[in-house]
Amino acid sequence: MITFDRVRVRYPRQSRAALDGVSLAVPRGSVTAVVGPNGSGKSTLVRALLGRVTPTEGSITIEGVDVRTLSRLAVARRIAVVTQREEAAFPITVREYVALGRLPNRGAWGRDTQADRAAVDGALRQAEVDDYADRTVDALSGGEWQRARFARALAQGGEAFVADEPTTFLDVAHAMAVFELLGRVAREGRAVLLVSHDLNLVARFADHMTLLHEGRVAASGTVADVMRADVLERVYEWPLVVTRDPAVGSPALVPLRRMRGAT
Amino acid sequence: MRTSRWLALGIALLVVASAAIVFGTIHLGLLASWRGLLGQGDATAVFVVRELRLPRIVLAALLGAGLGLSGASLQGVLRNPLAEPYLLGVSGGAAVGAVLAVSVGLTMALVPLAAFAGAIGAVMIALFVAHATRSRGDPRVLVMAGVVVGAFANAAIMLLMANSDASTVRNAVWWMMGSAANATWSQVAWLAAYVLAGGAALVAMARTVDALALGEDSAAGLGVDVERASRRVYLIASLVAAATVAAAGLVGFVGLVVPHIARRLGARGHRVLLVASALVGAVLVIAADLVARVALPPAELPLGAVTAVLGVPFFLVTLRRML
Repeated sequence: MITFDRVRVRYPRQSRAALDGVSLAVPRGSVTAVVGPNGSGKSTLVRALLGRVTPTEGSITIEGVDVRTLSRLAVARRIAVVTQREEAAFPITVREYVALGRLPNRGAWGRDTQADRAAVDGALRQAEVDDYADRTVDALSGGEWQRARFARALAQGGEAFVADEPTTFLDVAHAMAVFELLGRVAREGRAVLLVSHDLNLVARFADHMTLLHEGRVAASGTVADVMRADVLERVYEWPLVVTRDPAVGSPALVPLRRMRGAT
Repeated sequence: MRTSRWLALGIALLVVASAAIVFGTIHLGLLASWRGLLGQGDATAVFVVRELRLPRIVLAALLGAGLGLSGASLQGVLRNPLAEPYLLGVSGGAAVGAVLAVSVGLTMALVPLAAFAGAIGAVMIALFVAHATRSRGDPRVLVMAGVVVGAFANAAIMLLMANSDASTVRNAVWWMMGSAANATWSQVAWLAAYVLAGGAALVAMARTVDALALGEDSAAGLGVDVERASRRVYLIASLVAAATVAAAGLVGFVGLVVPHIARRLGARGHRVLLVASALVGAVLVIAADLVARVALPPAELPLGAVTAVLGVPFFLVTLRRML
């Protein structure tokens, strides 16, 4: 379990804190989603978890251990992350790329162990990239590349799995595949933290949801607790309705048009 | 990288090295060269092979290996296929340090350290300028900054020359053109120490460079201390490049071309890429130095000019591909 306890982060030369008293729990075995408008602090939350920024107040723990007491390598052994964007500068094969996920688990001169190879093979299968494991990463489509990135994070192992806007550049089918994969990762016992813009897909896959607004928690709880028109309208400052998806029954947000007469 | 390619690289190294022993102003046959190597036969041949050509070949190989290692690791850390010590101004800064050291009369073994100080100064200025433009992510900006720092270094050397005696001027010009002509065994020995130690340190960091090549956020997610690790790789790569400058002056574009050739040969992870780049660099610079010696006898071409003639078209093609 990852816990954020009244975390406050303020960047230099910024008048407003990027995160202000944010508390949040990410239990193992489920998907916890963090949503919110641009600039609400979602990315800062991930950066603070990974130790890229230090909170001025509050604490972040993983399995009860304060992340500030852990080395970067120790954090990487516990938390695997799929960052928002990444482009490989030089072409390597998908298998070699996925094997980089094992980096925190071995020393500089460490050779591949049996366990490393097993983790890489398992990750390739789980993310369904084993078909093109020997292709180079510059020859992949957007969806294939995203799955390869998931495979790398899966190979990394650890108790927690963080995905920061994993579906931004993906079409519906690939976005669905990514969310289903996240669900499977959670059910295998990891704590999954999902940061996303896509409220409707999040509403279908997340077990818990936290809505951030200007660095504070605007709503938190089950999907139904957060997907409320009054809350979302206030945070997004846009007229909208929340309906029930007719096919699957999950809450669905429909933004309205502001033009008079149009819906 | 496939075993057959390693084998081919090894054979290429043997072939160019043999050619470089056989050909020259005095043409020796293969047999005479071999006997000369073993210290047998004609005294002139023995001297030419053992004291003139062999140290020069080994020096050229070390130059190529060092520049290849330096270029490959800089390209990885900066995620920049145009990065190399010469274009980043590292070599220019090193040359300023070396010329200064020689003009104040430091011993040869310490010249690399002065060159290193100059190189670090140049790296810091180039990185600072690129950083100040807030476009550190754009590989072209850093190269632009490096080229400008390099031009400044050239100007500094010319200023140093303006008020110097003839021998200092000759020295400085030699540094700016690049040459392996004055190779001695003692020079080979200390360059070998710098290249081997630096190369080993870079290979030891190869996995980290792999992670850095994915970008800062991804590398941090894999547990890499991005700032510290990048700085360390810059420093070692600059030290190795500075040592080559102290030994043979400015030999440009080798660090640019070599990693690309190594990648074409199938070297991908940085551990393999660094070793392959050292080998490719050795082959390339031995060959370039052979061309410099025999292309227009009895005159000798500057080695740096030969590598630039090879490298500039390559740079332009790579730049074109990036735009």
